[in-house]
Amino acid sequence: MRPYDFTRPRSVGAALGDAHEGSAFLAGGTTLVDLMKLELMTPSRVVDINRLPLRGITVDRGGLHVGALERMSDVADHQDVRSRYPMISQALELSASPQIRNMASMGGNLLQRTRCGYFRDLTTACNKREPGSGCAALTGHSRMHAVLGTSDACVATHPSDVAVALVALDARVHLESLREKRTVALADFYRLPGHTPQVENELRAGELLTGLTVPPLPWASRSAYLKIRDRRSYEFALASVAVALDLDLDRGTIRDARVAAGGVGTRPWRLEAVERALVGRPAALATYEAAAAPAGEDARTLPHNMFKPALLRRTLVRALVALGGRS
Amino acid sequence: MPPTDPSRERPRPGPGTSRRQSPGSAGAATAAGAVPTVAENAPTATVESVGENPVEVSLRVNGSRVRMETDPRATLLDTLRDRLALTGTKKGCDRGQCGACTVQVDGRRVLSCLTLAAALDGARVTSIEGLADGDELHPVQQAFIDHDGFQCGFCTPGQIMSAVSLVEEGRTGSDEEIREHMSGNICRCSAYPFIVDAVRSVRGKVG
Repeated sequence: MRPYDFTRPRSVGAALGDAHEGSAFLAGGTTLVDLMKLELMTPSRVVDINRLPLRGITVDRGGLHVGALERMSDVADHQDVRSRYPMISQALELSASPQIRNMASMGGNLLQRTRCGYFRDLTTACNKREPGSGCAALTGHSRMHAVLGTSDACVATHPSDVAVALVALDARVHLESLREKRTVALADFYRLPGHTPQVENELRAGELLTGLTVPPLPWASRSAYLKIRDRRSYEFALASVAVALDLDLDRGTIRDARVAAGGVGTRPWRLEAVERALVGRPAALATYEAAAAPAGEDARTLPHNMFKPALLRRTLVRALVALGGRS
Repeated sequence: MPPTDPSRERPRPGPGTSRRQSPGSAGAATAAGAVPTVAENAPTATVESVGENPVEVSLRVNGSRVRMETDPRATLLDTLRDRLALTGTKKGCDRGQCGACTVQVDGRRVLSCLTLAAALDGARVTSIEGLADGDELHPVQQAFIDHDGFQCGFCTPGQIMSAVSLVEEGRTGSDEEIREHMSGNICRCSAYPFIVDAVRSVRGKVG
């Protein structure tokens, strides 16, 4: 690791004051410390924000509010999260390992860097790490890479599971700088790589992610996160889906739906066309298959991930069957 | 890379001394280890570098109070092994992928290789050396011996620390649940079936 100085502020104001160009905020450290060891991140100052009052998991009429420093395991375990937004709990529990979930903060989860092996390998070309150097994944091992939202500059997958559930739920993130506080929809927070894959989100220099809000959605109690991966546990998604269904049980139809996908996109991927194709239809296998059919139609595959569009559709159908029943 | 980089340094025992005999060392994970005594004001240091921007931290390690200046880059793993001579915690991948370095901080299992010592002011750390009560092994340690829950033993301190936490978390409802919640600890010898046996055997006995 390169040398840095270390501050331990006790307030948001002090933390923002400590931040300067080239500094990094430290929460759980599971991304930052890892990437500092690789010398992929070389901050001149590390601002330890763990003493800031950015805690709390609460539910009120405005929805679910989670402080940025809440740990993944605590959010997953929270009774209100489990009962009202099961897909958030499930997405968290299917992420990483118990040790990492105990460490990693919610804010850090949303800001984690891609797990693309070429991004992490300083000896290879990567436009995200070194703009203009090229993308080794285009001609390399691409099994884990994205097929939606890619560009000629970058095909890195967004690695977060819980961000997929949060995008499906229209979650918003709260950002604070010395100049202003603002709130941004998580779906808009993440950028497509385009020609500038090094710019991953809307966070500005010196800005701190302080928390997130999930709007109320009573029928999200019928929701699930399904993750398909090469190993049974402790692995990133090849494809994953977060699905919530509002069922009219008397008529056997779908009133409303939320659908998003992970493991396939350069950012968490909302599937609004799938949602529209479900609404008003019978909760039945034929509906799910028809709704899932166009998913991934616009995918750009690489030699090792040509299976992903079909895997995405199958994952969608399986999750919908589990939530809505076959007929 | 600066010569003082603590993440790259290896322990350098002095001439004629063995790290295993150094003060505060409690021996291997599954050996009957005495509770280590960590000197209050003078932690045994094999790496005497705190870098350019030292940070003072005060924490409890296996019940003993430790006050020290630390390089802000030093991980808890390197601090335990190289400065406090607690070499029971193992460095496997040093990248947060294998779980060999698992310890408890404030009662929760974490990866010491991704934890900065500088961020632990006021924290309570329990490593494998802190489990036994004198010559009496922790039930999870004894269970790993009874069920042959290891082969080479390198991952074992991390496996045991994780298993202790898993039992405390109440995640032992089924073999499937044990496997899922032990998945952060990789065993290259693939002793997994016996590890599950060991964890299952202590269900309800501790926690």
